[in-house]
Amino acid sequence: MEILNAVIQGLLIGGLYALFAAGLSLMFGVMRIVNLAHGDLAVVAAFLALALVSGTGLPLWLVVLVTVPMFALLGYLTQRVLLQRSLSSGPLATLLVTFGLSIVLQNVLLEAFSADTRTLDGGSFATGSFRLNAAVSIGYLSLATFLLAVLVLIGIQLFLSRTGLGRMLRASADDRETAGLVGGNPRHIYGIATAIAFATVAIAGLMFAMRSSFDPSIGPSRLIFAFEAVVIGGLGSLWGTLLGGVVLGVTQSLGAQIDPALTLLAGHLVFLAVLAFRPQGLIPGRTA
Amino acid sequence: MSLSAALTSRAAAAVDVRRAGRSATVSALMPLAAVVVLAALPFLVYAGVTDTLVNLFVLIALASMWNLLAGFGGLVSVGQQAYIGIGAYSVIAFAGQGVQPYLAILLAALTSVIFAVPTSWLAFRLRGDYFAVGTWVIAEVYRLVVVRVDSLGGASGKGLTGLAGIDQTLRGALTYWVALGLAFASIATCYLLLRGRLGLSLMAVRDEETAAGSAGIDVRRAKYLVYLVAAAGCGAAGGVITVSSLSVNPDAVFSVQWSAYMIFIVVIGGIGFIEGPLLGAVVFFALQQFLADYGSWYLVLLGAIGMAAALWLPGGLWGVMRDRTGLSLFPVGYHVRL
Repeated sequence: MEILNAVIQGLLIGGLYALFAAGLSLMFGVMRIVNLAHGDLAVVAAFLALALVSGTGLPLWLVVLVTVPMFALLGYLTQRVLLQRSLSSGPLATLLVTFGLSIVLQNVLLEAFSADTRTLDGGSFATGSFRLNAAVSIGYLSLATFLLAVLVLIGIQLFLSRTGLGRMLRASADDRETAGLVGGNPRHIYGIATAIAFATVAIAGLMFAMRSSFDPSIGPSRLIFAFEAVVIGGLGSLWGTLLGGVVLGVTQSLGAQIDPALTLLAGHLVFLAVLAFRPQGLIPGRTA
Repeated sequence: MSLSAALTSRAAAAVDVRRAGRSATVSALMPLAAVVVLAALPFLVYAGVTDTLVNLFVLIALASMWNLLAGFGGLVSVGQQAYIGIGAYSVIAFAGQGVQPYLAILLAALTSVIFAVPTSWLAFRLRGDYFAVGTWVIAEVYRLVVVRVDSLGGASGKGLTGLAGIDQTLRGALTYWVALGLAFASIATCYLLLRGRLGLSLMAVRDEETAAGSAGIDVRRAKYLVYLVAAAGCGAAGGVITVSSLSVNPDAVFSVQWSAYMIFIVVIGGIGFIEGPLLGAVVFFALQQFLADYGSWYLVLLGAIGMAAALWLPGGLWGVMRDRTGLSLFPVGYHVRL
């Protein structure tokens, strides 16, 4: 029964990992950028929400509704001002710029909020749970996070397949020059992709902050989880990303059952195993 | 003599191809002079100065290795701290077996290479940016595994044994010379590697991998060699870090901070030039000394400078200097004079 509980909890946390990974996957798919500041952006969102809640006294749900669009706007601006410039200087430049951004964000947070661990108080919703049977109880927040992850992935999928802008985005991912020839403005399209990525990572960061404690230095480990979820699931496949997140979550949870110190190692080892024996991932995407 | 042979020999006689311009032949003596002066420092200055310089030499060695990987091999790794950690722990383990710690540094380089062979097999499955994050994950795995080994001190690390018998002043001087030797050896290795056939292959691979492959270069082998050399260099650097700090802490030696330092030194100094890491390390080290009191703001500034350099100064400081003066301390290209 404990195993079943571990699997279910792992599955639910896998949703959170998929949420972290969706933006990373999207930015890589469209612009070939691996955003090394991805995890730190989630932490920035968490601290921003914390500051807004304590500064204005607004309820948390309202703060979340403000923070996410704000991040989308921030993403659009970051792409247009910072990343677009680096794209023209070659792949190394984008990597260095996002790595530099990661260092800057971490240390600004450290100066502004100190190294203390914080939590975002989600009230009874964050701590409450319902019992499935004697051994398994499911937290409202975990379940909501998982469902939210599925909804976000469905939303991105629908956006990419059904809307004109989404089609242009896929066209740019396949061939930037040709997409430009048929009327796509790559700068604007890239901005939109980054905006979506930033919005999803903000959601992920806020959900994460409600369920566990955070401090300015945890960004890189979130990035690593997101990255592992993307590679395990298969590059370029959104549903693969969800599966990758779930596999990672379940493995970590089972590892923790054996020995709590094994949590991270178990996840990394599954990642390495996939890399060794199935480098294309569990559900390989259409585009390489 | 056929007509074509006569024409080629006349054409060949008309141009003068050599490694170095006139200025470089003179300035080639500068590094040698610098090494002689630096080697004499323990007799001239306080131990505090030489102890600080050990850090600079370690940074020079690490940055040279990263420059070799990324600037010449096109392998942008964020996981070289794996080898720093393996090297650091190797020295602890060998010293525990009774090996003289300074000699154990050489074994540490060897151990890192041994670990690099299977690691490269995994890491090379990822390309470009994904290689960067993949190497980072692998470094994390090494840290998590090492922390679980009780005989290596677990999560709290372990002290170095085997240096207690040496007088403190002599120990400081020996560590200084070993670190200087490490920095010198890493630059010399880069220079010698890049002057040869491998250097040409690497530069071709960096500029256009597919074209290099079709021109008959064994791309995988070239990258593999560079990866192993960089592992050895970082392993030796990890060993030097251990003998200078006399203990090892897993979170410190396996920290991604090392990668941040290497990257910023190389980017600020000039990626793809042997002189780049040298100049970058000196600038970085000076910033570190001046801004040490500002805590995290120093890292914020560093990150911002690195971003700015990546965007607007793709050749780094050395690139600017070279364009202005044509100076080249370690010429690996050719000059053609008509």
